[in-house]
Amino acid sequence: MTAAANAREAILNSVRSALRRGPLDDKRRAELDARRPQHTRPAQDEELVARFIRKFESRAGTTARVASRADVPAAVEAYRVDKGLPAHAAVGAALKDLAWPAGLAVHHDPAGISETMAVSQALAGIAEPGSLMMASGPASPITHNFVPDDHVVVLDAGAIVGHFEEAWEVLRARAEGMPRATNIISGPSRTADVEQTIQLGAHGPRRVHVIIVG
Amino acid sequence: MEIRSKEFKERAVFAIHDASLQQALGKARGGFVGKRAQQAAELPEFEQLREEAKNTKNHILDNLDHYLERYEAAVTAAGGHVHWARDAEEARKIILDICKRVDAKTVTKGKSMVSEEIGLNEALIEHGMEVVETDLGEYIIQLAHEPPSHIIAPAVHKTKDQVSDLFEAAHGGPRKTEVADLVNEARRVLRDKYFRADVGITGGNFLVAETGSSIIVTNEGNGDLTQTLAKVHIVTSGIERVVPTLDDATLFLRLLARSATGQETETYTTISTGPRRAEDLDGPEEYHVVLVDNGRSKMLGGRFKDMLRCIRCGACMNHCPVYGAVGGHAYGWVYPGPMGSVLTPLIKGLDNAYDLPNACTLNGRCASVCPVKIPLPDLLRELRHMQHQQDITPVMQRRALKVWRYVATRPKLYHALEQVGARFLSAIAKNGSIRRLPLASGWTDVRDLPAPAGRTFLELWQGKRGQK
Ligand code: SF4
Repeated sequence: MTAAANAREAILNSVRSALRRGPLDDKRRAELDARRPQHTRPAQDEELVARFIRKFESRAGTTARVASRADVPAAVEAYRVDKGLPAHAAVGAALKDLAWPAGLAVHHDPAGISETMAVSQALAGIAEPGSLMMASGPASPITHNFVPDDHVVVLDAGAIVGHFEEAWEVLRARAEGMPRATNIISGPSRTADVEQTIQLGAHGPRRVHVIIVG
Repeated sequence: MEIRSKEFKERAVFAIHDASLQQALGKARGGFVGKRAQQAAELPEFEQLREEAKNTKNHILDNLDHYLERYEAAVTAAGGHVHWARDAEEARKIILDICKRVDAKTVTKGKSMVSEEIGLNEALIEHGMEVVETDLGEYIIQLAHEPPSHIIAPAVHKTKDQVSDLFEAAHGGPRKTEVADLVNEARRVLRDKYFRADVGITGGNFLVAETGSSIIVTNEGNGDLTQTLAKVHIVTSGIERVVPTLDDATLFLRLLARSATGQETETYTTISTGPRRAEDLDGPEEYHVVLVDNGRSKMLGGRFKDMLRCIRCGACMNHCPVYGAVGGHAYGWVYPGPMGSVLTPLIKGLDNAYDLPNACTLNGRCASVCPVKIPLPDLLRELRHMQHQQDITPVMQRRALKVWRYVATRPKLYHALEQVGARFLSAIAKNGSIRRLPLASGWTDVRDLPAPAGRTFLELWQGKRGQK
């Protein structure tokens, strides 16, 4: 046996001997695999979009609401101009089909070190803590979520679910399975590592702005 | 990291006289406790969740081998690699071998207590690699050449002034004095490192058997930049961190941020499943998980199984009066406070950490806030008992205990001595407290002893009941 296989067996055997038993039989294994936990979910009695907005904004995130997908480019441009940002952005390919303004230079590559703004499509919103759920892939590179100073996220109102558990169902229902990275984002990056003083923009985006569609 | 828990007493006295440390601890003390209490109060289900978390962890531990195997199979199916390490040395070797194979020059690190436990940084540096801690707190203490003093706030012992000095020395002037400027400076310096890194190492708060994913929870986003931009991502984690499903992870996520920093949620919760896929535009080319035993499977068998429920939230140390007075470094190894006082003797040996279980007042605050209901004071008492049985307890203490037992089992003698003691102490007291007491200078050198009322409890009690 190789050293690696040895270590694996040794650890599993050590676990079993500590538990005073041998390997579990097939029946027990099948039972464990069939286990579907039903943990307590914190009660919610608020409309999902309203709760999402309230919670997301409580952690220094900002939101805007538009009627349809076609309104997204104008809302992004309004945010960019308001913040005085340069006229270029990394835009996830999921939003490629939108009519981006001629004056805004848009690309769909990963975000490089000097990227200032990214625009991404969220897979879902989770109203419980007021968080975005992003699924990585060619249409939504991970670097868009973390590298630029400003992150603008497009979220469909209908994609906001109540609890984490429902968000997991969204992941399980995907034909392509689990995303490589599932990023749950609850606002701008922050730190309290210097004397417990909260400072936004530690390593990730300094601002996260959600455009809710619908 | 070398263990220095034997020097607890000396280090504690030093800590109490360290003005900067006391200033930093003073600032931290109220914050965590108040914020956690508020979060717990705002979630009516909080106590129910603690009970479920305890039961769920117990279920996982009872079937740990099964869930580890399922987890391994799922990681492999997603294109990742699982490595098993019996001890710290094996874990270091696995990680070193990966780093050497890809000819790593720069290694970035998200916060990982397991990597501290296995002494990883020293090993990588010894092999000529540049190791960069990217969590701001970890970065600060790396510049100071110090170990973390808290499991979630590693630089909690540093004042802003000290951080200013460290940054000026490392980055050049002008010296920054505002928190915002200090954070920006670290952001700028570390940006470059993320993009240059060959290997990114993070911890794993949870390992999900259902999907073969590792989950990290951070506020800064440093862990995400670390694991996304490096060519290779390595996760280090204890074997007890596996959970069966995403729904189980959720149970612990609901408790973790609230218990740790007193937040409803931390900013980033990231679920990573395997390496970059063919069509992906970014992400690491390789994804490895190193499962570390290092004494954990042994713990599973005995009285300390409860300790394996720990989700490393830090609430026990935030609520510990001893930790609050001396800080984390006095404990002399990686894990401080109540959880560290249990883990350190178990991982590093009872005789290597004699003082830790004994430096507890058994006030019970830690157990009352622990999100997975670990009976920390009971475990500390159990360790004392084991020390006594193994003859590690000092001779003087054993003799004193024998005398005490002799007296305590003879009620008449006990009451007589008690009366003498109570009267003597009250006679030498001034304004209700005693400033100096022969044979008890260990106490009176650093604080006053409250004087007893002059009569014993029994006398007062009997007086009250009119039975005298
Ligand atoms: S022992 Fe409990 S309170 Fe302490 S770090 Fe572990 S989970 Fe948190």
